Amino acid sequence: MSTAIAISELVKTFGHTRALDGLELEVRTGEVHGFLGPNGAGKTTTIRVLLGLLRGDAGRAELLGGDPWRDAVALHRRLAYVPGDVSLWPALSGGEVIDLLGRLRGGLDRRRRDELLDVFDLDPRKKARTYSKGNRQKVALVAALASDVELLLLDEPTSGLDPLMEARFREVIAAERHSGRTVLLSSHILAEAEALCDRVSIVRAGRTVESGTLAELRHLTRTSIQAELAGPPDGLAGLAGVHELEVEGTRVRCQVDADRLDEVLRHLSAAGVRSLTSQPPTLEELFLRHYQTEEEVAAADGQPAPEGTRS
Amino acid sequence: MSGFTGTGHLLRLAVRRDRIVGTVWVLGLFVFALSQAASIISLYPTQADLDRLARTAEGIGANPAVVALQGPAYDASTYGGATAWQVVTPGVFLLGLMSMLLVTRHTRQEEETGRAELVSAGVVGRYAWLAAGLLYVLAVNVVLAALTALGYVAMGLPVAGSVTLAVGCGVCGLVFAGVAAVCVQLTEHARAANGMAFAVLGVAFLLRAVGDSASGLSWVAWLSPIGWAERFRPFAGERWVVLVLPVAVLLALLAVVAALVVRRDVGAGVLATRLGPATAPGWLGSPLGLAWRLQRGSLVGWAVGAAVAGLSFGGIAQDMVQFAEQDPETAKALASLGGAGSITDIYLAAVLSWIGMLAAGYAVQATLRLRSEEAELRAEQVLATAVPRAAWAGGHLVVAAVGSAVVLATGGLLAGLAHGLRSGDLGGELPRVLGAALVQLPAVWVMAAVGAALFGLAPRLVVGATWAVLAVVLFVTMFGEPLRLSRLLLDLSPFAHLPRLPAAPFTATPLVWLLAVAAVLSAAGLAAFRRRDLVSSA
Repeated sequence: MSTAIAISELVKTFGHTRALDGLELEVRTGEVHGFLGPNGAGKTTTIRVLLGLLRGDAGRAELLGGDPWRDAVALHRRLAYVPGDVSLWPALSGGEVIDLLGRLRGGLDRRRRDELLDVFDLDPRKKARTYSKGNRQKVALVAALASDVELLLLDEPTSGLDPLMEARFREVIAAERHSGRTVLLSSHILAEAEALCDRVSIVRAGRTVESGTLAELRHLTRTSIQAELAGPPDGLAGLAGVHELEVEGTRVRCQVDADRLDEVLRHLSAAGVRSLTSQPPTLEELFLRHYQTEEEVAAADGQPAPEGTRS
Repeated sequence: MSGFTGTGHLLRLAVRRDRIVGTVWVLGLFVFALSQAASIISLYPTQADLDRLARTAEGIGANPAVVALQGPAYDASTYGGATAWQVVTPGVFLLGLMSMLLVTRHTRQEEETGRAELVSAGVVGRYAWLAAGLLYVLAVNVVLAALTALGYVAMGLPVAGSVTLAVGCGVCGLVFAGVAAVCVQLTEHARAANGMAFAVLGVAFLLRAVGDSASGLSWVAWLSPIGWAERFRPFAGERWVVLVLPVAVLLALLAVVAALVVRRDVGAGVLATRLGPATAPGWLGSPLGLAWRLQRGSLVGWAVGAAVAGLSFGGIAQDMVQFAEQDPETAKALASLGGAGSITDIYLAAVLSWIGMLAAGYAVQATLRLRSEEAELRAEQVLATAVPRAAWAGGHLVVAAVGSAVVLATGGLLAGLAHGLRSGDLGGELPRVLGAALVQLPAVWVMAAVGAALFGLAPRLVVGATWAVLAVVLFVTMFGEPLRLSRLLLDLSPFAHLPRLPAAPFTATPLVWLLAVAAVLSAAGLAAFRRRDLVSSA
């Protein structure tokens, strides 16, 4: 089995709202797959369909070789889920919730549980009503990670964690990848996806707009360049692939399409480079481009939206 | 900056925040107080009627079960005295409840939600929150007392008694504001503080119930603020000297509060938070185990309610014969409850049907737990594990079904016990009454099954719709025959089909039908739930 999750042309509507509008997603066994998109893009809806909590209206969804709706119970033995908004039973202690969820899933590794409590610095004796959002998330994370499952479905699992705990979370997920578990990690924290994910899918308004490794996606976007030149740059504005150019005397700031980088650099060095800073596109920039509607992109560039940024 | 800086601003904030909650409390209690007086005046139009009431209500002729619930009557032969008998004890209980809930709401709840921290970072003294909360509750009580006293005077009751009743109840109710003010210092959570204050209120009620009804123990009632309010004796030779007790206790409580409030941090309590177990007990690993863990507290509450109802109603069943002999109106009213057999049996059948409706209330509430678990996204986590939908829903339904049997059995057992002991035939009456209580079970289950069906078919509407169905059923069952509603409407209530034990003979056929209806409705609900999306409240 090489595909853990295969979704094609998935549609889900709620009344008049089309939450999923032909979504595509492929997660390979053993990879950490980033599932990125703004709030309301359809990430949580997709995960709920995968869990058999919602039934897709059209399209196909396959999970661990089974049908997420029909085979829900059998599939759930092999996966663990951490919701984005963890809602716990106020009167139960964190430890009780962890044990309960683990047992309902079919068993819990007690040593691993204690280890994880330590890693995340969580007191299992506190009542759930006293936990902060981050601590409720830790409860769900410990319960999920201490289960012996093939697949982890994590819906924005770090949105309530502090930076230290986020770092711990990344270490734990890195270790999970080494031990061969498949992870679907929905997020809008880009640094997290950059640090953890083998491949990512970017969704917007219920559709997948990009899918691939980070390297594959980067070529679609631009490197930002800041340079201090010996003399004023000439003709830079006329070059194809240069965007958002700002020139202040001998100081230059611009965005350059990846395939035009060579040409632009030659142009700069002709003017004499005193200092140069270039940054690879962050996911942030990838994101920004995809969150803008086509009209906004066109308006910003003064040209029609480039082909190939939508799949 | 003094410790009280900012109190005025916070007081205005409290008033603004409570425009609705405060108004509802004041109006509700005002209407309660005045409607009791109005119903006394309309039920007993002549002095002869009042004298007759006084004979059954006062002194050794009084029924101890009634006195335990309602307090002693000092002079039921006047409208004022009879009103005081009806109003004071439940009134102080409700005032105490209101005062403690409002104090918690404006002090600990503000801290727990973090709003107090935001405000306390400004120019606000250490005592300001508490002072504003207590002043606000004082103001609510003053307004309510003034309205009530004026209302009574306007209805023609004597001024001295009206003022004594209003002030006595108000001051004794405020003692519980002081109790709550101490409790909110002790614990970090508003719910826990309310629980502690409520326990004090409950003990106060029990102490005066014992003191008022058990001969030779009347001093026990002097330990309770509710007992003090009774002993102001409004409309029956007012005794203002009692005022010393609530005022002294209130001042003492405030001194304790003042000492505690400077000894703790904002947001913290004097007592350490109680921790739960670090691991789950072995039985907490199945949908049924979870449903039981979530619902057991509420079941205990409903069972206690059924026990109190069974005990107090069962305890006076024997007296019904005597009442009926003295008062042909009561006899007629009892006969209209339906059924044949002795007056006592007819009365018992009615009481057990009330307990059946109480159990139906429990069954609906327990069933609707399904919806709150789903709406608040907790069901999602369980259903994302290897738990089939039917098993998850079934767990809660089993708790609702078994729990309603427990509520019925508790009510029936205590009614049978109380009636058996008073009639001197415990061995005969206890099983008879218990059986008559349990015969209601199929009708109760039908109500739970209505909830289950609606949960599957119309999850967004289930809460309102199920309670509405229950309300209609209760209305039709209780008032359908007196109001001469059509047979068709009456037959809609599952309770209408039950044999009226112990006043009528047992028949199994309707019970089998009701069980079949309950089974079909539940199965339809489960089948629909297995086919639909989960629907959260968002």
